[in-house]
Amino acid sequence: MKPGEPQLRRNLHHATRGIRAKRNAVVAEVPDWEELRAAGEAIKRGAMRRLDVLLEELEAAVQAAGGHVHWARDATEANAVVGDLVTAHDAREVVKVKSLTTDEIDLNQALEQRGVTAIETDLAELIVQLSHDWSSHILVPAIHRNRSEIRDLFARELGLEGLGDDPEELTDAARRHLRQAFLRARVGISGANFGIAETGTVGVVESEGNGRMCTTLPPVLITVMGIEKVLPSWRDLEVFLQLLPRSSTGERMNPYTSLWTGVRTDDGPGEFHLVLLDNGRTRVLADAVGRDALHCIRCSACLNVCPVYERVGGHAYGSVYPGPIGAILTPQLHGIPGDADELPWASSLCGACADVCPVKIDIPRLLVHLRSRVGGSDPALRLMGFAMEGRRRFEAAQLGRVPGMRTGIGLGAWTKGRDLPPPPRETFRRWWRRTRG
Amino acid sequence: MRVALLVTCLVDTLFPRAGIATVGVLERAGCEVDFPLDQTCCGQMHRNTGAAREAERLAARLAEVFAGYDAIVTPSASCAATVRETTDLGVFELSEFLVDQLGVEDVGATFPHRVTYHPTCHSLRALRVGDKPLRLLRAVRDIDLVELPDAQECCGFGGTFAIKNADVSLAMLDDKLRSVRATGAQVCAAADCSCLMHIGGGLRRAGDGVRTLHLAEILAS
Repeated sequence: MKPGEPQLRRNLHHATRGIRAKRNAVVAEVPDWEELRAAGEAIKRGAMRRLDVLLEELEAAVQAAGGHVHWARDATEANAVVGDLVTAHDAREVVKVKSLTTDEIDLNQALEQRGVTAIETDLAELIVQLSHDWSSHILVPAIHRNRSEIRDLFARELGLEGLGDDPEELTDAARRHLRQAFLRARVGISGANFGIAETGTVGVVESEGNGRMCTTLPPVLITVMGIEKVLPSWRDLEVFLQLLPRSSTGERMNPYTSLWTGVRTDDGPGEFHLVLLDNGRTRVLADAVGRDALHCIRCSACLNVCPVYERVGGHAYGSVYPGPIGAILTPQLHGIPGDADELPWASSLCGACADVCPVKIDIPRLLVHLRSRVGGSDPALRLMGFAMEGRRRFEAAQLGRVPGMRTGIGLGAWTKGRDLPPPPRETFRRWWRRTRG
Repeated sequence: MRVALLVTCLVDTLFPRAGIATVGVLERAGCEVDFPLDQTCCGQMHRNTGAAREAERLAARLAEVFAGYDAIVTPSASCAATVRETTDLGVFELSEFLVDQLGVEDVGATFPHRVTYHPTCHSLRALRVGDKPLRLLRAVRDIDLVELPDAQECCGFGGTFAIKNADVSLAMLDDKLRSVRATGAQVCAAADCSCLMHIGGGLRRAGDGVRTLHLAEILAS
């Protein structure tokens, strides 16, 4: 990985510090925060242990409430299900709630191939979509853009000459553009923060109200949910609706929490489809250590404290899941060995992420575990291991008398920006033997 | 009190003065120090680099070498954290041992220089030593201790990370060096020679006059 441009690094430094401070303040005012984290972890661990049972329970509950449930093994299957449903309703256009899961499967592109336009209705997602860019942060997709860039984009893409770069004016322009789309749309598409097995309730939390529009105005609603998002019972929401907003936006409560159970005849969409997506998740579940990555509730607190994320930016992680969570989730979702095997190395193991994770994922432990899975043991390291396993070999190595020891450990990369320490006159053990022996 | 010194392979080989100072501080605090000569490496580097098998062998070897000691003291927070996770040994990082086990904060040191202290990630977030090193430093006579801005930020070392992702590591180091310079300190101290090797290497390359010293070297003065 390479550090980003100075402007990007300044933007990220500024933005992540801001969210971090807000998060710390609202977390500090919760007296039982640590208990909440422990509860969140326990609920997630329990849910993953009974995932097969809970998913069937969820399916039955959704169906009983008048919804339809579809199972998708991978992105292709999920996109086919959604595409067929949209086509069956003759829709040329769908409105979307910001959803990482649909980004993960490239749903928008799949719909485009069928001649269907997907309109992102979250402000930052809209910015990213209009600029043919992709998200660089779980929560703040356009964190890498500043307001004058956004003004120029809106002026060009929405045909708004003379637009100012005042945030209110920009938001207003987006609102006017989107309002028409909400009223036209016949199909809404969302992801899901939670799916409650007990009741068949599906939920989305958001800040702008666009999610509420998408899930209530169009006559047809399609929700694509990763199978790890299932929670056993309604009461579990009590824990996650406290953990999530405080960890992600640094708010006590998110402005909009939309929860729906199947369909009703008198209100909201008359047709609801829930697509349960695997796409590598059962592969993650098969790893007894790595599976903790499935506990993630996508709050992005780990991104905001990560010194590596701050320097490289979200795009460097090559997936919709950037930062520390991406470094442990993406390689597992894609399969090891695979195209994301370098990601577990994108960390200094500083541990800041584990301290803020609302469900206590021990990210450094998972990183180290995944490093062993992607094949960490290179020849130089094995040689050093060998040298360390005997006193005489170690003492010879200390004096540089083991071939390969000095060249094998990447001195070139070290001396790129750092001098080596001046060699000491004698080793510690030599001093010990000389003075105490 | 009899204690065994786990000097760490890095200190033994490249930073013997930190080891010698640790012995000095412990002896001045009334400890009898043993140095089991069969010790090599705790396996942290292998463990963190994903060489799990080598790491396990080294941890098992270390447990054997130090078996029978009630207290093992090491001048490295990250090695202490590793040993605590991989063995049942009673291992303490130096500041933990002095403050928690011996109940000492004033070790009788005098150090008339401007010092800033960098709390390393593993001392903060793996061992949770909190302000123990700072309490020891505050009790040093004539010291001018200056707070490091953004102290809790990682310096960018991270073991193999410093080599595998050298450019990102150096970008993190740049910011740490900027903080160190802002203090006007003559000395940057820490509880891990590995991070100090990285910070010190950057300071020397940049031609800064700031020295790096292990916490023990100040406490032994």
